[in-house]
Amino acid sequence: MSEREVLELLRENARYSTADIARMTDLEESAVEETIESLEEAGVICGYQPVVDWDELEDERVRAEVELNVMLDRETGYGDIAERLARFPQVTALRLVSGDYDFDMEVEGDSIREVSQFISEKVAPVPEITQTVTHYVMTSYKENGIELGDGDDDDRLSVSP
Amino acid sequence: MTIELSDRVESVGPSGIRRFFEIAEERDDVISLGVGEPDFSTPWAARDAAIASLEQGKTSYTANRGKRELREAISRYVEDRFDLEYGADEEILVTAGASEAVDLAFRAIVDPGDTVAVAQPSYISYEPGVIFAGGEVLSVPTRETDDFRLTVEELERAGAADADVLVICYPNNPTGAIMTRADLEPIAAFAREHDLTVLSDEIYAELTYDDTDHTSIASLKGMRERTVVFNGFSKAHAMTGLRLGYALGPAEAIGAMNRIHQYTMLSAPTTPQYAALEALDSCEDDVRKMVDQYDRRRRFVLSRFREIGMACFEAKGAFYVFPEVPSGWTAEEFAEELLHEQGVAAVPGDVFGDGAEGHLRVSYATGLEDLKEALNRIEAFLEERNEVAPIDDS
Repeated sequence: MSEREVLELLRENARYSTADIARMTDLEESAVEETIESLEEAGVICGYQPVVDWDELEDERVRAEVELNVMLDRETGYGDIAERLARFPQVTALRLVSGDYDFDMEVEGDSIREVSQFISEKVAPVPEITQTVTHYVMTSYKENGIELGDGDDDDRLSVSP
Repeated sequence: MTIELSDRVESVGPSGIRRFFEIAEERDDVISLGVGEPDFSTPWAARDAAIASLEQGKTSYTANRGKRELREAISRYVEDRFDLEYGADEEILVTAGASEAVDLAFRAIVDPGDTVAVAQPSYISYEPGVIFAGGEVLSVPTRETDDFRLTVEELERAGAADADVLVICYPNNPTGAIMTRADLEPIAAFAREHDLTVLSDEIYAELTYDDTDHTSIASLKGMRERTVVFNGFSKAHAMTGLRLGYALGPAEAIGAMNRIHQYTMLSAPTTPQYAALEALDSCEDDVRKMVDQYDRRRRFVLSRFREIGMACFEAKGAFYVFPEVPSGWTAEEFAEELLHEQGVAAVPGDVFGDGAEGHLRVSYATGLEDLKEALNRIEAFLEERNEVAPIDDS
């Protein structure tokens, strides 16, 4: 049970200190540390990253959502294709999805040219891939459950009954 | 020419909270632990329903008692959550905030000269409400040694046996105290024995922690016929500014309250009624999430007060804790200096009545980062004065 609670808190803010998590859950700090370690070892927690609003940075960051259709054969399954694609560092997310296409792939790069080249030279030629449809991200409004842009101001009275 | 004011109004001073508000508003670096409302916005689904109702032009009066659909939803909700059975036709009145319901009840029930016993510390509106209705307030203190629960002993000592009405509010503002069924039984027995009408403000009913669900005194044997319950959407559904509450009670009491309501308010505002309907319909998850957040903050704040050596009873309701200021200080002095020196606003308990001296009301309806910073500042404030040695937990 404490695993679930610790995980929830880290999903809310992965930078909560173990001491603060302990205070919020009434667990011992050492128990929190152990829980996190065991979640990491079990591969439940695979990493920690900040949620970035790229629009707030000077440097351009190009991201694209790519729909992939694939043709399977006796020797090649979805997993084989996924493994091959996921190795590219440009691919930031890769999911098998239901519906009109097979894979939903997220790609990141420094320019449209770089991302386009990656898709045309590295992805499209993969023999099992029959079609790619690339959607460049124009603006992001919410990432990982966090709304981007200016937060809501607290307009409550500073002291109220 | 001057307008001569009524004695009733002149006998009631401005709220003690007002002064702190003014000091706090002067500075822009203040972290406020003095806010008596959620820091969350109304769940989006409820706001969306309100917007949709406006788009459809639903802006006329509703029935005096509130939209029937809403009363039916309230009826189902209070039965489901608190074992309270009230019919939508005659036993539920939708009001402009629970505050209106409180005022209506006083005016409908209290005759000039009647005595209204009020368990204190308590929300600041009961006493003026009684006075505006022409009644007399009998303050019944609760004690930290009883975890700020009302006891029969204190009722007897205060002379509440001769009162006409008893007002209670659990989960409590400002202490965060709750009363379980076992705690309420003797109070109910006392009310039955001495024929007291009970007004039970349960606006924080959803906000209880540590698996202690709220019990309404009206659900106890023989209490339904002598109790009016106040609840609303402000706290649990984070709808304070939408001003929507309700009263539950026997048909005669609700009918009498409605008689005042229909002449003075006509009906509670329409748009919030649509929001409230949606809130009951689909926002239970949002409420649970907010309650989880409050609970974490509550634990965090209680832990920090323990660590910095300020005694603080384990509040299990609302979104307040009620720490004790170090000896040698009055709550008012402490709160004022803390605000001046560290820019942390907390309300001195005294403004909430008897039993609250020497305490601060600390609201944790504020983001964790702010709570963290505020507690660090309080710690620094204490350290500068060598007030308290940190307690060694080990």
